[in-house]
Amino acid sequence: MTSPDRNAALTIAVVYPDLLGTYGDGGNGLVLARRAAWRGIDVELLQADSDRPLPAADLYCMGGGEDGPQVRAATALRDDGTLVAAVDRGAVVLGVCAGYQLLGRSFPDSADRPHDGLGLLDITTRKGSGTRAVGELVGDVTGESPSLPDGRPLPRLTGFENHGGVTTVGAGSTPLARVLRGVGNGGGDGTEGAWNGRVMGCYLHGPVLARNTTLADLLLGWAVSSGTSVEPLLPLDDSEEMALRTERLAAIEAHRPSGWVRRFRGLRL
Amino acid sequence: MTISTRPPSPVSGARASVAVEALQVVNWLSRILRRGSGTVAGGRVGLAIDPGLLGTLARHKRIALVSGTNGKTTTTRMLVAALSDGGDEPVAFNGTGANMPAGHVSALVGSPSTGAAVLEVDEGYLGAVIDATSPRVVVLLNLSRDQLDRIAEVRMLVDRWRAALGALTVSSDGDGPPTVVVANADDPMVAWAAVAAPTVRWVGAGQVWQHDAVGCPACGGRIVFDQTGAWACDRCDFARPARHAWLEGSMLVLADGSRHPVVIGLPGQFNRANAAMAAMAAPFMLDTDRGAPPGVADLMDRVGSVHQVAGRFSSIDRHGHTVRLLLAKNPAGWTAIFDLLDEAGPRASPVVLSINARIADGFDPSWLWDVPFERLAGNPVVVTGDRRLDLAVRLHYAEVAHTVVDDPVAAVDRAVEMSRPADAGVPSIDFVGNYTAFADLRGRL
Repeated sequence: MTSPDRNAALTIAVVYPDLLGTYGDGGNGLVLARRAAWRGIDVELLQADSDRPLPAADLYCMGGGEDGPQVRAATALRDDGTLVAAVDRGAVVLGVCAGYQLLGRSFPDSADRPHDGLGLLDITTRKGSGTRAVGELVGDVTGESPSLPDGRPLPRLTGFENHGGVTTVGAGSTPLARVLRGVGNGGGDGTEGAWNGRVMGCYLHGPVLARNTTLADLLLGWAVSSGTSVEPLLPLDDSEEMALRTERLAAIEAHRPSGWVRRFRGLRL
Repeated sequence: MTISTRPPSPVSGARASVAVEALQVVNWLSRILRRGSGTVAGGRVGLAIDPGLLGTLARHKRIALVSGTNGKTTTTRMLVAALSDGGDEPVAFNGTGANMPAGHVSALVGSPSTGAAVLEVDEGYLGAVIDATSPRVVVLLNLSRDQLDRIAEVRMLVDRWRAALGALTVSSDGDGPPTVVVANADDPMVAWAAVAAPTVRWVGAGQVWQHDAVGCPACGGRIVFDQTGAWACDRCDFARPARHAWLEGSMLVLADGSRHPVVIGLPGQFNRANAAMAAMAAPFMLDTDRGAPPGVADLMDRVGSVHQVAGRFSSIDRHGHTVRLLLAKNPAGWTAIFDLLDEAGPRASPVVLSINARIADGFDPSWLWDVPFERLAGNPVVVTGDRRLDLAVRLHYAEVAHTVVDDPVAAVDRAVEMSRPADAGVPSIDFVGNYTAFADLRGRL
């Protein structure tokens, strides 16, 4: 595994984009790689397809995908073993939607049969019985959410969710945020996402790191730091990302969808 | 012999007649009140009154269906051209792109009770429309992701297509020959669906977007593509079927060895692919008791008469500059547009990108991050549309310099300011928009 020294190469791997790449979440890897490069960090971004061994990396991103490929991805990652071993050695992992679910203890296939996840998060997912959770998702971090190196909390999280799964967070992990708008985990506790150590997962698309640059820098800071001391990264000009955040948060306030619109979204007309 | 100037009544039966009357009134109202193009609203009312209306209207017609993620509207238009011999019966088709049953019944109501009709069909409705219309031909173009928050997953669609095509019978039931499926052999998802049909013509139309076809639908193994476009599963024997025709650049090659240049009025390899599919489907729609059917060359000539489709690929003048209007709705479509822009050779002409995320576009533009916008580096780019800020962030990380302009017409004018003096006939600005963004600009310019 590459040395987590700030001046040495940083390796970021997008995990199985051929299976878990249907929702633009590969963009998380791009955002991280660019933000590292713009700070003068020598970074390598790998698209790690499922037909070869998973490479060693400092930071892994896993995105959303369809039911069948999700099962294939989980099986392949379990058989391969690299991801779990990398987490043992301090690698950072971000899983989104299908990627989030398979980091947990178990997740459902299209027939709601449970399949083993990687056990890196203490979460369990089942198929929801109601309509899919589709729409803007907003959550505020809690006292248990990871905080920035200087102790400040993460800003409000915003993104778009689109999932039929319902996720319950167990005692071994912590929810990432408390839902203000949208569904999130959907298990009735009003939470979204989960994390423990350097492994994090959520239902936010957007992709999530393009909409939440402070979260991107948190993960990047973990990946470039050695041991437990996390060095702060140099600031970047995030004016375009901030403009998007502001617009998205304002759009939710302006267009609170009525129940009719939410039902309409699920209909074929 | 006198020729009646009024088409024979297409429907018998009281319910169907009432449905047709209601459909026509509602569509007329819709147009008068400027609420829409006057096709879908009436169609919905008609189907509510008579759910069997589509079958009734299709009963005595020769129907061709065209479906797939990208290219439906263009291929439909091209097939209509191929079937139009300048003679008597105009070919009916749903030209406004209303491609669900409500749009289909509206398209057929205006047409005579017999004759040909070509209908573009939304991928989610193909099975239902095959059932209702007993078509002569079903054209399957491609299947990839589209409108993530609106439609079923790609694999679910493939399975539904496969079930619908597997239900076609070899021998004709009722009158008319059995249904022929004209399928793009270069797309593994299409191939998986079409192998279930009893009668298939395989056309190698090319595959722009390979990212959704990686898992083998037959066994879960991996589909591997080679440079020539041939593909096969690395675990089972599911592989590209032997093709009856294929494209080599701009040449359509038939299995019998004959070669036909594809010279058409629309740009880009993806349009040559659409033309190949239309030309191969047309013979199955022609009336065989009208003498020798036109050959491939003649059909391709007719297809070549199409120079724009519902405004797409059309050019408008703006303050002395030519603005070409292009539509792209999903990663495969955008990749094809970048290929098209590259075909013109290296030039630094301005590109206006407009992205909305309304109902018809899909509410979530995360798919922008699967589009290789990095390919625009070197072109001045102006960004507009409802979701211009999402696009701006995407371009920021693509390291493509861009200007954000709130109003789409003002965005075009900003691009005009960036243009060099125009060469005659060459578009000096390309405008690329997704579904409603394209319609918006077209409506205003």
